[in-house]
Amino acid sequence: MNSATLSTTDPAESPLASAFRQALPIILGYVPVGFAYGVLAQKSGLSALNTLLMSALVYAGSAQLIAVGLFAAAANPLAIVATTFVVNLRHLLMSAALAPYLGRWNKTRLALFAAQMTDETFALHANRFARNETGPAETFGINVIAQSAWVGSTALGLAASTLITDVRPIGLDYALPAMFIGLLLGQLKSRQHLLVAVTAGALSTALMLAGLGQSHVLAATVIAATIGLGVHAWTSRRSS
Amino acid sequence: MDQQTIFLTILGMMAVTYIPRALPVLALARRTLPEPVIRWLGFIPVAVLAAMLVPALVAPEKFLDFSFRNIFLWAALPTFLVCWKTKSFVGAVVTGMGCVALGRLFFT
Repeated sequence: MNSATLSTTDPAESPLASAFRQALPIILGYVPVGFAYGVLAQKSGLSALNTLLMSALVYAGSAQLIAVGLFAAAANPLAIVATTFVVNLRHLLMSAALAPYLGRWNKTRLALFAAQMTDETFALHANRFARNETGPAETFGINVIAQSAWVGSTALGLAASTLITDVRPIGLDYALPAMFIGLLLGQLKSRQHLLVAVTAGALSTALMLAGLGQSHVLAATVIAATIGLGVHAWTSRRSS
Repeated sequence: MDQQTIFLTILGMMAVTYIPRALPVLALARRTLPEPVIRWLGFIPVAVLAAMLVPALVAPEKFLDFSFRNIFLWAALPTFLVCWKTKSFVGAVVTGMGCVALGRLFFT
């Protein structure tokens, strides 16, 4: 079997090695984005310390890039916090979706886990947990490796900010979309899931084009999942 | 803006980011949820992934683009095929990045 397959569990592999292998696409995706954030933050008047602290404490790619733009425009700090809240509210649903798998974890562990939940780590864990891979060593290994890549690439961006004009190295900005394609494929478990995916994708695109700011992902997710539930109720009533 | 104000703003951003990440998992992990809620939550990963991915593929510049200039859209096909056939994640990511790099090299 290929050393980088989706279906994992090689008993001889250590949790750390397994975590690194699974986190590799996330690292590839974070490096260019974290790098870009480091460069832009420096150009927007954030000190090096504040730039790094935002990556360590907030740890939310798109929200950080938006915030940097707002800092550069000298926006009201409360407006920056409010925008961050709206942009990151989608994690509410992700956190709820992972909860049923984590009944055996204590509160401290759950609280730590939540701090490192991003779109990318969520997507990876959603696939892992569905395969009953909820080992804490591997789970936290993935999270720590991913966040280290994020903070590390922020530092690289800071260091290079005086040299760099183009922050999009060739092809690297496709690492995360490509990873999402793979993760989405792993989530298409039934026709109903496929229907939900198509609905969410179309709706999210339409809402974004209609100018729904940062809420299109959240709105499309809620509506599509609810439609999926409705279709399930309808088909199971017909067949019973 | 002075650095201290920026730092306080970052602390505020941390709080409003962490709370939605933590509250549901802390409140729901130990609870037995009704069957429809579990089923609804089961649709969330596929829905949220598609909601994040599809706009990035069909409208990377914030307008619908199904032309051959939209490299992100066409690179999705080989990426999808490689992932489906080989089940390899890293293979899919490398394929996608390679296609985008080649597309930019030859078509832009």
